[in-house]
Amino acid sequence: MTLHGLIFYLLASVILASTGMAITRRNLVHAVLYLVFSFIGSALLFCLFGAPFLALLQVIIYAGAIMVVFLFIVMMVKPDLSEGTVLPLRQLLPMVLFGFMYAVVGVLVAVTDPAGRAVLETAVAKPTEFGHYVFARHYLAVEIISLILLIGLMGALHLGREKVPKEPEEPS
Amino acid sequence: MWFLGFVLLLLKTAIVLTILLGLAAYLILVERKLLGRFQIRFGPNRAGPFGIWQPIADGIKMILKEDTIPQGADRVVFKYAPAVVATVAILIAAVIPFSRDAILWGYDIPMVISDLNVGLLYVLALSSLSVYGVALGGWASNSKYSLLGGIRGAAQMVSYELPLGLSLVPVVMLAGSFSLVDIVNAQACYPFVVVQPIAFVIFLIAAVAESKRLPFDLPEAENELNAGYHTEFSGMRFALYFIGEYVHMMVLGALVAVFFLGGWRGPWLPPVVWLVLKALMVPFFLIWTRATLPRLRYDQLMHFGWKLLIPIALLNILATGAVMLWLRG
Amino acid sequence: MAGNEVNILRAFYEGVAGLASAYRITLKHLFRKPITEQYPEYKRPLPARSRARIILTRDADGDERCVACFLCSAVCPVSCISMESGEREDGRRYAQWFRINFARCIYCGFCEEACPTLAIQLTPDFEFCQRDILKLVYEKEDLLVDHGGKNAEYDFYKHAGVAVKGDKGTHYQEAAPVNIKTNLP
Repeated sequence: MTLHGLIFYLLASVILASTGMAITRRNLVHAVLYLVFSFIGSALLFCLFGAPFLALLQVIIYAGAIMVVFLFIVMMVKPDLSEGTVLPLRQLLPMVLFGFMYAVVGVLVAVTDPAGRAVLETAVAKPTEFGHYVFARHYLAVEIISLILLIGLMGALHLGREKVPKEPEEPS
Repeated sequence: MWFLGFVLLLLKTAIVLTILLGLAAYLILVERKLLGRFQIRFGPNRAGPFGIWQPIADGIKMILKEDTIPQGADRVVFKYAPAVVATVAILIAAVIPFSRDAILWGYDIPMVISDLNVGLLYVLALSSLSVYGVALGGWASNSKYSLLGGIRGAAQMVSYELPLGLSLVPVVMLAGSFSLVDIVNAQACYPFVVVQPIAFVIFLIAAVAESKRLPFDLPEAENELNAGYHTEFSGMRFALYFIGEYVHMMVLGALVAVFFLGGWRGPWLPPVVWLVLKALMVPFFLIWTRATLPRLRYDQLMHFGWKLLIPIALLNILATGAVMLWLRG
Repeated sequence: MAGNEVNILRAFYEGVAGLASAYRITLKHLFRKPITEQYPEYKRPLPARSRARIILTRDADGDERCVACFLCSAVCPVSCISMESGEREDGRRYAQWFRINFARCIYCGFCEEACPTLAIQLTPDFEFCQRDILKLVYEKEDLLVDHGGKNAEYDFYKHAGVAVKGDKGTHYQEAAPVNIKTNLP
């Protein structure tokens, strides 16, 4: 096992463990924290694969913005989750199903290539190349996604806008 | 050779840490002194001549204080939240170049701990992570004041990260790189503040909001929330928040210097001195602001960030891009 | 529309100018001489009527003024004054012992106001804190001084029991005596 592989397995186990902790915690803040660890771990994984740009975007967007908003909401509304099971049956079934599928794929991959060679070449994706790749080849997808995001933003704005109450008509 | 590089890295880290923490400790004294003079007082002048032993006295006091954990607090989160703030602030210093490359026995030694090719994003990522120290510290304390401070802090820092990042986009466009070393090298002719005054102002304002200092100190508003998110912290844990804030101020100063004022570039004086001088301008400005402006109201803060700074930053990016395209022909 | 833009520009200008003037004023203060008085090195002379350490004074002849009337002890809100009265052979009363617990005293000055003989007085001397709280219990020896305090000439026995000179209704701001022989207004 190379150093590269060792780091990969270490990181992977950390990610898996923290994700597992995240979905089984009763305390939502702890769950959010474990998820943040998991995101930072996957960012390190990106770094390992030679995409520091993606890694840092992962940290900025997922760990730094989205999870903060999650945390914010959890702190604000303080949901009470002390009752009920952590994983009800209707969530457990799809989980087992997908877990089984991933396990099958993993086993198949491992069996077909027992030497464990890396399928992908490690390549350093510098910001410039990344930008060229995204904006030159996939500009349409980028535009569509940004439009969808804009629509989402406008929808949120519309839903969240304070409704001006009409003047109540004077009873005659 | 590998071993030598490692030793060199450790050496550079040690020097940068020493200078950074020393400056941050003395920044506390400088702030108290300056604030005193702004208010026609003396400020601390009892511990040694001009109070120069004050930071050391403060440190000893902080270490010897009792470390209290409030009842009903989330003990683990409470214990580790202060470390996040300080760690993140210190880690940012790793990508700040402090001199031109030194050539020692034929080897080219870069005068920066780590020249990341995505250094600017690294800075933004770390400053976005420092929210956790504030929000979790506030949440884990099991106190209304702390919780309100933490919520305010989270909302404020997430909101002002956007203008902070957007104001740096023109800098990246001009330098053509995310690396802080390249950004400093791109300012060989003129510092970027000359061509990007609007981005400079937006960055400065957003940086003040990120470091939670007046007039944006709503997360720790003394007269509304006692001390906000660090109300319940005592001893060294409180000191970590404190150190984090001052290190953050120093690091912000260094970042402003790197992004807009030409980094270590300057005539006559050695580069490190230039960087420190430029970096100290921002803390001075922050202290001056603290002595001048009152605290904003919360809705004013949000309006200012979302409705003023972000549109102006976006327009600035657009204008910079247009001018660059036009100049290129 | 054009007027609106001018208004926005003016508002912007005024905002920036306001901020700049605020910064200018604080910067000016930075270079002013501090007005702080450095306390242990420089002690500001306090007014004679500042309320701090309590003394027991003597009248002009050198006699103790205190007649142990217990008025100060009664009026004291924190009950820090205690004493025991005695009588001299000439019938004049005095305090056999007199004790003030300065650890409790709040320096309100009520005792001074209550005292008919001006014996108990507050002085501007406030620097007498102790590490041991019991050292703050002052006995009569510690309280009694050799001077007359704020009103050195005053002597209670020269005023008490002395007939008023002049007839009724002739003194300053005194109404004419009521004629009890008539009920006419």
